[in-house]
Amino acid sequence: MDKNAFVKYATGREKRSPSLKNSILAFISGGLVCLAGQGLADLYKMAGMAEKSSATLASVTLVFLAGLFTGIGCFDKAAKICGAGLLVPITGFSNAVTSPAIDAKSEGFIMGVGAEMFKIAGPVVVYGNLVAVVYGIIYYISLCIAG
Amino acid sequence: MAIITYKNVYLSCAASVAGKLESEGPLGTMFDSTEADSYFAKDSWEQAESEMVRRALNILLSKAKMSDKEVELILGGDLLNQCTATGFAAMTVPSPYLGLYGACSTAAEALMIGSLFVDSGSFSNAIALASSHFCSSERQFRFPLEYGNQRPPMSQTTVTGTGAFLLRNAPAEIQITKALPGRVKEDGITDANNMGAAMTTAAVDTILRFFDESKEYPGDYDVIATGDLGKEGYELASELFVKCGLDLCGKYTDCGMLIYDYNNQDVNSGGSGCGCSACVLATLFTKKLKKREIKKMLLIGTGALLSPKTVLQKQPIPSVAHLVALERV
Repeated sequence: MDKNAFVKYATGREKRSPSLKNSILAFISGGLVCLAGQGLADLYKMAGMAEKSSATLASVTLVFLAGLFTGIGCFDKAAKICGAGLLVPITGFSNAVTSPAIDAKSEGFIMGVGAEMFKIAGPVVVYGNLVAVVYGIIYYISLCIAG
Repeated sequence: MAIITYKNVYLSCAASVAGKLESEGPLGTMFDSTEADSYFAKDSWEQAESEMVRRALNILLSKAKMSDKEVELILGGDLLNQCTATGFAAMTVPSPYLGLYGACSTAAEALMIGSLFVDSGSFSNAIALASSHFCSSERQFRFPLEYGNQRPPMSQTTVTGTGAFLLRNAPAEIQITKALPGRVKEDGITDANNMGAAMTTAAVDTILRFFDESKEYPGDYDVIATGDLGKEGYELASELFVKCGLDLCGKYTDCGMLIYDYNNQDVNSGGSGCGCSACVLATLFTKKLKKREIKKMLLIGTGALLSPKTVLQKQPIPSVAHLVALERV
């Protein structure tokens, strides 16, 4: 069997992830995270916060909770079941930053935690900023054209 | 590329230390020692793995009723960069040390080379060992431990375990009779989650070469065990043997499938890592050989020679498979 035929054969027979089940679980759990976020925002609003700050505070709370649960060691177990439902919302970003930080503790705070913290989330920060700049330029030009 | 034949090498003792998940598996009661704490009471997973190797060495020496000064050579390795787990453990013993890296084929490689040293008469004994730790490997090759990701069903679980073997030129119950070093094969697989498939061609190549050159038949052996192909690789290899026209007479199994319980343990395709074949040989197979439940067996250690960098560079995964034949005297 030549190489291409083997790769085709091997990848053709390999077991697939249960996509439908994963999608449904991600849909439900992702929805619940959003619901929790909305609930938190409403609570902050009821406590007298401005609309914008309460939304920001809700995000901050979710980031904190995801970090906390990563530290306690139950985020990865939940994410194994919920998948994208926990990884796509801001909770996933929090987990992506805290988990390498915990791992790198044994190498010290500078070259360990400090250097390794953004190992996974780094690309999101870099390309997020890049896209923000590009978007800003497009927005500026569109404003100029619209006069 | 002839088969190595040994005249005077015996596996006189085996010791194994494993982690919690392995202790809950089907071989759980056979390990000499198991540890529920993944840190092995140390500060980092790298140190934990070293501690595990040290414990296996101590158990082996006490089983053999030897002092560490009597050990003439230690050969072994692990999956960590620069084989630090084994090197740091060997530091505590006054014997010469040869570090080996054959990825998950290290146990077979250490047995093969150690046997050569003993058979040549240069050394009267040697310790061959291999170890892997789920947490230290996960950290080095995949993601941080607490990172929440979903694993595909064909991925494998790195075994936390060390298997250590004392090779001697004095007769014992188990003899090491033959060995065949493997060739590095690359079959185009680039997916690091499907290492079973990546290592399959190397395993099939070595087994075919062995039977071709030795003029023996698979029926002559009671067990033909690959190291850590897992369920995915085992099925693929079985299909390839049929395609190549080699009938393994129902003797074929895989250590990665024996170490965990698929129904009750969440391990996807099965076990992997240097510790996988080392632990299964040190527990299940040595026990069966000693009890004469099996008389002759082949262990084919399978190793994927990749690094996280080569995977990111989209290089195909090269693999190697070394064969060692063991026989009940």
